[in-house]
Amino acid sequence: MIEEVFSIELPVGERLVINKNRITGKRPLNKRIAIVTGIHGDEFEGQYICYEMARRIMEAQEMLNGIVDFYPALNPLGLDAADHKIPKLGMDLNRMFPGKKDGAMMERVAAAIVEDISGADMCLDLHASDIFVKEIPQVRVSEEFAEDLLPYARLLNTDMVWMNATATVHESTLAHTMNMLGVPSMVVEMGVGTRIDRGYGDQVVEGIFRLMKELKMWEGPVADIHYPAISTDGEVEFIRSDTIGVFFPAIAHNHYVQKGDKLGEIVSPLEGRVLEEIRAQKSGLVFTLREYPFVREGSLLARILTGIEEG
Amino acid sequence: MHKEEIYRVRSPYREDMVIQGYRFGKGEPAACIVGAIRGNEVQQMYVCSQLIRELKELETNGCINAGKKIMVIPVVNGMGVNIGKRFFGVEDMDINRSFPGMDKGDTTSRIAYEIFDEIKEYTYGIQLTSFYMTGEFVPHVRMMETGYQNASLANLFGLPYVVVRKPTPLDTKTLNYNWQNDNTAAFSLYTNKNDSIDEDSANQAVSAVLRFLTRMGIIRYESHSGYISHVLMEDDLTDVYVEKGGIFRSFVKPGEYVRYGYPIAEIRDPYEGFIKQAVIAPTSGIVFFAHTEALIAQGDMAYRLIHRLHQ
Repeated sequence: MIEEVFSIELPVGERLVINKNRITGKRPLNKRIAIVTGIHGDEFEGQYICYEMARRIMEAQEMLNGIVDFYPALNPLGLDAADHKIPKLGMDLNRMFPGKKDGAMMERVAAAIVEDISGADMCLDLHASDIFVKEIPQVRVSEEFAEDLLPYARLLNTDMVWMNATATVHESTLAHTMNMLGVPSMVVEMGVGTRIDRGYGDQVVEGIFRLMKELKMWEGPVADIHYPAISTDGEVEFIRSDTIGVFFPAIAHNHYVQKGDKLGEIVSPLEGRVLEEIRAQKSGLVFTLREYPFVREGSLLARILTGIEEG
Repeated sequence: MHKEEIYRVRSPYREDMVIQGYRFGKGEPAACIVGAIRGNEVQQMYVCSQLIRELKELETNGCINAGKKIMVIPVVNGMGVNIGKRFFGVEDMDINRSFPGMDKGDTTSRIAYEIFDEIKEYTYGIQLTSFYMTGEFVPHVRMMETGYQNASLANLFGLPYVVVRKPTPLDTKTLNYNWQNDNTAAFSLYTNKNDSIDEDSANQAVSAVLRFLTRMGIIRYESHSGYISHVLMEDDLTDVYVEKGGIFRSFVKPGEYVRYGYPIAEIRDPYEGFIKQAVIAPTSGIVFFAHTEALIAQGDMAYRLIHRLHQ
């Protein structure tokens, strides 16, 4: 059932509306999972996952034990304009939580989202990468909650779980807020901005069903999943540009490399020459690879997960 | 005056963005003034340019005290200024949310790192800055409550108000917060404009900075004594949010006194012109901040009032 979570009046003939789709199975009081996406308006991967999850659950609703709430568009103005942030305000919605019920417009939106999800037994916040780099499906959890979340994160059929320690950034996010409120919450990230990779989407959908099985919310069949590599910040090698130009990757994304392998090159369109060859400093899995060709000094080109072997 | 290059950001398609520092005097790093970190902070850039003009003259006349060094950085995000973008680069990053930065981080983080590395040793740090919401303030000095703040020092600018703000997690990435954490007495100075120039308000800011530098024994400069500042906690301000969206017509300006129960603005329907909401002053006091855009959304902040303060 489509429900309006929150609405607020824009200046000219329109409301900003947050909708959710609540699918209720047997024993609604059993458990509730919230699947949210669209906090960043240029990240569309979650749209497919919401669609596919809802479609499959509705086809076999008798298998559902509890409630699944889908929130496909938490930043509807951003999604409509493919804007990562909140249009006009220029702020990142995922740095505004827990919001403020009697605050400014988007603070109220954030507070309403938090209030609506509160009490759920699990929250999954689905993100694509931004438009600059492509990511393999991964779960990101802050170290603060890792002990509680890792058993669930492993079930999501992603390739990797990244325990990330940047607390400053996490503190204003939806996932951090919900975890602080006692709702186990995980961020799932995959793909690249403004695109949908249905292969990645299907992979995560299977993982969500597996997680729901674990939570005793899904009685239907679930596919075999593979378990992710678990990593910490120390095992991730960041490769950044030392020059300006246009980056051409020399490898495929989600690819194992050996130390010294060529990852790509940065060229000058004006001068017609290669400015820099990018080589792996360590062996491992290239789980992040640049998609956006223009680079400056410091631009992220790739991230390599070290300390794992090609499987 | 000595002009020095603090950092250079190269671009394949544009000329380099050179962050220039203007140094006056020699000796201990006494005071640093930073202007347009955002690309729309035109007034802030203007204030710094006028300061540089004054300091140049003062230095020629031997009025920079011996053993004291002053640095002014009028523009940080010059690329943003030239294309009318508040934040930096295609990634649209806020440099003032990137401090203290990382030398091997992304481009924005490197800019912040190099600037901070240059200016962190100064005893006093003054940032001309702007609020994330569009609107006008009464000129004031703002400090973060980090435990290191000193409101009585802020009084020495002689501006009408000093505001002490409790930092949120996001604030921990600002220049002001990091300056204070690094033992610089840091002040954010707000005038009433950002992307346009208000001569009177700019002159007031220039005088305030020169007055402060005089009182701290850094320069010799005869000026009016200014105000004995009224010190406020930001949480004590009365925020006025609107309950309707539409065309915003304000009846009061920053600095004006309003009476409890009197209308201070109205919101008109954008199609039919009727009054949708009469905005009533919830308290008597001084207008500290006023929304200045023609349009307003439901829940937006129209005013911040200094409760029960008379002119």
